Amino acid sequence: MLTILTFFPVVGALIILALKLFKKETDLLIKQLAVGFSVATFLLSLLVLAQFDMAVSGLQMVNRAAWIPSWGISYLMGVDGLSILMVLLTTFISMLAIASSWTAITTQVKSYYVFMLLLEAGMLGVFLAQDLFLFYIFWEFTLIPMYFLIGIWGGKNRIYASIKFFLYTMAGSLLMLLAILYMGITNGTFALPDLIAGREAFAAAQNWLFIGFAIAFAIKVPLFPFHSWLPDAHTEAPTAGSIILAGVLLKMGTYGFMRFNLPLFPEASYQFAPTIAVLAIIGIIYGAIVSFAQKDVKKLVAYSSISHLGFVMLGIFALNEAGLQGAILQGVNHGLSTGALFFLVGVIYEQRHTRMMADFGGLWKVMPVFAVTSLIVTLSSMGLPGLNGFVGEFTILLGSMGSTALGTRPWIYTAFATTGVILAAVYLLWMYQNVFMGPLDKEENKKLRDMNGGELAIMLSFLLFIFWIGIAPSAYFLLMDSTVAKLVAHVMAAATVAMP
Amino acid sequence: MEFQVPAINLALLSPVLIVMVTGALIMLLEFFIPETRKGWYTWLSLVGIVLAFAQTATMWGSEAGTFTPVGGQPMVLLDNYATFLNLIFLITGALTILLAISYLRRTGLDRAEFYMLLLFSLSGMMLMGMANDLILVFLALEILSIPLYIMAGLAWPRGESEESAMKYFLLGAFSSGIFVFGIALTYGATGSTALPQVLTGIANGGALGLAGAAFLLVGLGFKVAAAPFHMWTPDVYEGAPTIVTAFMSVGAKVGGFAAMLRIFLAALPEIGDTWVTAVAVLSALTLIIGNVVAITQSNIKRMLAYSSIAHAGYIMIAVAASANSERGLSAALFYMFAYLFTTLGAFAIVMAREHQLGEGLQLNDYKGLARRHPLLALVMAYFMLSLTGVPPTGGFSGKFYLFRAAIEASSAGPDLLWLVLIGVVTSVISGYYYLRLVYLMYMTDGDGTLVEERHPAVVTAVAVTVAFTLLLGFMPGTWFDVTRQAVLWGGRLLAGG
Repeated sequence: MLTILTFFPVVGALIILALKLFKKETDLLIKQLAVGFSVATFLLSLLVLAQFDMAVSGLQMVNRAAWIPSWGISYLMGVDGLSILMVLLTTFISMLAIASSWTAITTQVKSYYVFMLLLEAGMLGVFLAQDLFLFYIFWEFTLIPMYFLIGIWGGKNRIYASIKFFLYTMAGSLLMLLAILYMGITNGTFALPDLIAGREAFAAAQNWLFIGFAIAFAIKVPLFPFHSWLPDAHTEAPTAGSIILAGVLLKMGTYGFMRFNLPLFPEASYQFAPTIAVLAIIGIIYGAIVSFAQKDVKKLVAYSSISHLGFVMLGIFALNEAGLQGAILQGVNHGLSTGALFFLVGVIYEQRHTRMMADFGGLWKVMPVFAVTSLIVTLSSMGLPGLNGFVGEFTILLGSMGSTALGTRPWIYTAFATTGVILAAVYLLWMYQNVFMGPLDKEENKKLRDMNGGELAIMLSFLLFIFWIGIAPSAYFLLMDSTVAKLVAHVMAAATVAMP
Repeated sequence: MEFQVPAINLALLSPVLIVMVTGALIMLLEFFIPETRKGWYTWLSLVGIVLAFAQTATMWGSEAGTFTPVGGQPMVLLDNYATFLNLIFLITGALTILLAISYLRRTGLDRAEFYMLLLFSLSGMMLMGMANDLILVFLALEILSIPLYIMAGLAWPRGESEESAMKYFLLGAFSSGIFVFGIALTYGATGSTALPQVLTGIANGGALGLAGAAFLLVGLGFKVAAAPFHMWTPDVYEGAPTIVTAFMSVGAKVGGFAAMLRIFLAALPEIGDTWVTAVAVLSALTLIIGNVVAITQSNIKRMLAYSSIAHAGYIMIAVAASANSERGLSAALFYMFAYLFTTLGAFAIVMAREHQLGEGLQLNDYKGLARRHPLLALVMAYFMLSLTGVPPTGGFSGKFYLFRAAIEASSAGPDLLWLVLIGVVTSVISGYYYLRLVYLMYMTDGDGTLVEERHPAVVTAVAVTVAFTLLLGFMPGTWFDVTRQAVLWGGRLLAGG
């Protein structure tokens, strides 16, 4: 089931590539196929959700086959509470991203959709692989389509951005590869469940191993001070690329921390928790302040990601149930809100070919629907109660407040993080005010058309979940409850044995 | 003293002999085959290689020695290590010939000498892996090198090609001299040139033995293009006809490593720690110089030359690891196996882009290739990713294996983790220049025309290289096991003869 889900987009990509053989290749057909396959993949992931048993804390729907038996490498896929939401987020965001490219992409249409589908498959693989070797292959593989998406269809500075993105991530991943190899040698297996069970064998080196993994993931998240690739990549990527980058790719980093760092190196995680929490808070505040200084809307949204992901990291390293649950949910929230913001920026950019705040103003008058939906998404990103962002941030702050991993005065972390919420309101409202309020004084802006049916449909899909999570989040928490509880118990048990 | 004929079993040498005889046959037939029937040379040499390949394949699993002087050790060894290397060389030869057909015709170099020299050089390479005596290593080295010197100058009277041949010859001869000097010193220290006897004598050889080992390493370092003995590589690679560059970037390098590994493991374990440190330092230097200088290149052949220097550095990580990890040696074999397909594939694309000798070889000539020749660009991009070491490619599996070997070796001998870290950092650096080609192909617009390269032989060769790069990327397990059998069977190599 999980294998079918992961490789289903690849089938789509192959069919698109094969069209040429049957002399049926037209841009329209390619688009239809790509959208069709991404929708079908989303439906498949709903099927996985239907089969998912919330009461089970371990892996479910496991596929296992020997791959390189002499090395202890296996093809091992499974899903649990940590990944089920990420899988759904991936298929959902990919579907919307692919659909949103309908009019935006006019050159090399075939390659574009092939890369999008391959990227989707790679991301699903990252969230489902439970063997470190397999995980690493998917992890690195996602780089390739993203590199092309930024480099071919990106903005003015795309070459620089794409190569920076590639090299940054690759540098981090190779350190992770060394850590993976080390554990593979000491334990003779690369399967995650076996490694967790046998972690005694590499416990002595766990600080270094933790760092190896942490750097790879921290670059992806990005955690301050590893963030400098992100503004370039986000700004230069095509709209759909930005949506996927913010929506899913960054979550691969936070997911990696939860999936690998915490269970494999619990003592090291406990020990490094305050350090990472401090970096997370620096990220929250730094990202917010830099966002405020931006003149380019897309750049502003990009920097705001650094700030938002800081919350997620803080939640993870609170190392308690509330923190982790909040972190997972906030990952989803950020994917929805920021994905939607990038989409909105794309809509306006397609008409005006500028993203500078100074070029806009008073858009409310010509594009009322666009303005209303933008307002909701902005408020969601700010964390207004009743919308999704609030639930995640609140849970994380709650978690950090009661965290035992963050020393005797965890409320200090909470206090600093809370300033991030205030700052978010400052820069987001500032942006909203500049773009939508005030007089409509630019001649070009008077002829702008409002959203069309297709754009509205995509936007409503985003809004559906923004409201749903905001009003009734309990269903989402239930999905991850048992897995998170088990993970926290595992980490804290190991940490208290090590540090009485 | 009466001369006693050593015991000779020519059957063990049959693959080498088949290749040599085919070469000689071509030399003879040149007088009888009319100008219009040049295709015959191609087919004849392919038949020879296929026969030798079949013969080699049947030898997998056998272990024997021949040319054994009375009371001495065999000079020629045929074990799985040699057999596997022979397969590598024969595949290299076959792919080179497939790629050569249309290239030679297009560039007007279609002469019988090319095939003849290629086969002779090939037989020298095969002997490199089988030699169990320093004198035979030297012979093999010369049989390998001399045809290559001539091949590099095949495009005379073009200046670059002549320069390439001259440079290669002078530095090659120089390195041969150093190698011979190393043999002499080793002989002085141990009283023998047979590897098993060097093994027992070297510990008492003192400084003389160490000096001998050092000269041997330097001599082979030239052949594999390891820094700081790499200076000839860019000029020679650039000037030689591209098909020759492709052949020597794989064949000569693997040949050098074949002998280096055998000498090291069969004769020098006693001074292993010194040796490992020396190789590790050279490896680090090679990695850094190769990868950093490659960034500044604007000619594709020069870039690939520096890239081949860099890959020699990676293989040397495995060489250094082989002293203290069983996997080191098989990692080296695996890496070379993967390297063979990726490199030949990349050169095939370079040849497809080359209009005439020396034209169309700038990186800028690749601008916008993806628009006009999507398949060609895709294949080239895939090879670049493989050279960078991004999964799922053969290049990634190779790096994965050799990093693993080096980490394992660190727990049993001198620390190699620093070398692994250098390997990691330089891999990221290499991403920069390999991806620059990808970016030129995919992300810029350009014009320029391309020679229509649809010759079925070329298509076959490229298909094979792509297939194996994919296979080694997705399913490396089988080949991990094969390379392991290649070095552990009977334990002869690791047990020191």
